[in-house]
Amino acid sequence: MSSSPMVVRVKQKRIAELISSGKRLDGRGLTDYREVKLEVGVIERAEGSARVRLGKTEVMVGTKIEVGQPFPDVPNQGVLTVNAELVPLASPTFEPGPPDENSIELARIVDRGIRESKAIELEKLCIEPGKKVFVVFIDIYVLNHDGNLIDASSIAALAALLNTKMFNYEVEGGEIKVKPGYTPLPIKNHPIAVTFAKINDKLIVDPWLEEEQVMETRLTITMDKDGKICAMQKGGHGYFTLQQILEAVKIAREKAEELRKLVVRG
Amino acid sequence: MPKRKTEKKKLNIPQKNPEKLIAKDDVRIDGRKLDELRPVKIEVGVLGNADGSAYIEQGKNKILAAVYGPKEVHPRHLALPDRALLRCRYHMAPFSVEERKSPAPSRREVELSKVIREALEPSVFVEYYPRTSIDIFIEVLQADGGTRCAAITVASLALADAGIPMRDLVVACAAGKVDGRLVVDLTDFEDKEGEADVPLALMPNLNAITLLQMDGGLTVDEFEKAVNLAIDGCRELYKFQKEALKSKYVAVKEAVEE
Repeated sequence: MSSSPMVVRVKQKRIAELISSGKRLDGRGLTDYREVKLEVGVIERAEGSARVRLGKTEVMVGTKIEVGQPFPDVPNQGVLTVNAELVPLASPTFEPGPPDENSIELARIVDRGIRESKAIELEKLCIEPGKKVFVVFIDIYVLNHDGNLIDASSIAALAALLNTKMFNYEVEGGEIKVKPGYTPLPIKNHPIAVTFAKINDKLIVDPWLEEEQVMETRLTITMDKDGKICAMQKGGHGYFTLQQILEAVKIAREKAEELRKLVVRG
Repeated sequence: MPKRKTEKKKLNIPQKNPEKLIAKDDVRIDGRKLDELRPVKIEVGVLGNADGSAYIEQGKNKILAAVYGPKEVHPRHLALPDRALLRCRYHMAPFSVEERKSPAPSRREVELSKVIREALEPSVFVEYYPRTSIDIFIEVLQADGGTRCAAITVASLALADAGIPMRDLVVACAAGKVDGRLVVDLTDFEDKEGEADVPLALMPNLNAITLLQMDGGLTVDEFEKAVNLAIDGCRELYKFQKEALKSKYVAVKEAVEE
């Protein structure tokens, strides 16, 4: 996803110089997010949906609920599936075809946050233990790539889940009968991912595309609503020191709190 | 419908579920102490065709790594003008786990290939070999938790064995929370039944952390302790790693002198 090495070097110098003096090319402070704009319920056909704009980065998430089989090792729990599509219209570097490692990693980071924080009460999605459960599909659709897809997707996924409605039903002789009306999907935790880039040994949050192109390495920390860490992922070809990681955790805690207020209202 | 396979199913789970993962006297189900690593056996230079290779046994994990390169890149358009292209394939053998795993790469394997590559890349002087590729192949022959960490430890040795200039070896170890206690080097069962898992890779002489993942639930305080526990585990493993690399050359030296 990087541009030519020469461009990167020139850019890197400029971006790094600015960051050393506590500034960024787009005028933000080192721990400032770009403006977050959130709309929910944007796709009527989906059970839940959200569209997030993080600066110029744009991600849409739609949820679908279907009836399926549970995993044999957890027969009384619903199933959660997260998929991410880096749609070719979102960036000149995205190509059509099966998911590559970047989209798989993106989906798995978002998945881990939701799963490990036990955001969805999967026990409540069991219809008939061992036989029938609800399957929640979370599909992340990247519409415009301007950096930090992870945080944009994590916000969009949570917002879409909170927007998700399930049809009412009753079970009659093993058959599911749809009843009128809807109930919200049972959500009990609100994981938020906060992503850092390391450039010239400095940590910045919410890297945009040009910063991503020059960053040495990346760290995503997902915090749940109680301030616990529920998932983490380092990416990129560089490294962190222990001090940097602990500093990142501290910042992530505050930032997750701020972002959560935008997503979870009331 | 999505595929019905979980990571859980793909890995060994003991048949009888003990009620507690940690007994009263701080003994884990396999008899280890909380901060004790599993027995480790490492060998370097185990494959004839590869430019570098190594094998590790860590508990029940058995993992082979091979390195080919630096060599011409195929396909050519992937070549980088200013450095070597480092590629990594982490793959599990179909017979490596309780229930047969399909040999096709799973989403988990694609992700692990990526994070393992990114854990090793900081150690390699890729800028010395522009327009070439260095390919790392990792085959998990038997898995019992912590395979990504053991894979990093063994792949780093295979890179060294291939004679590729490196800043440091990379060694990896996980820490986690089991039965409310922080422990090091989790088995598959401890990982699945436990509360959290933090795999970490380290360049021990540079104090650089090159892989960090986490899943589960930890407070900030617990996380800091777990990271330190994993780092201590890495430092312990590093001794075995260094020893294994040296002993290959001792063996060569002896063979020459005979």
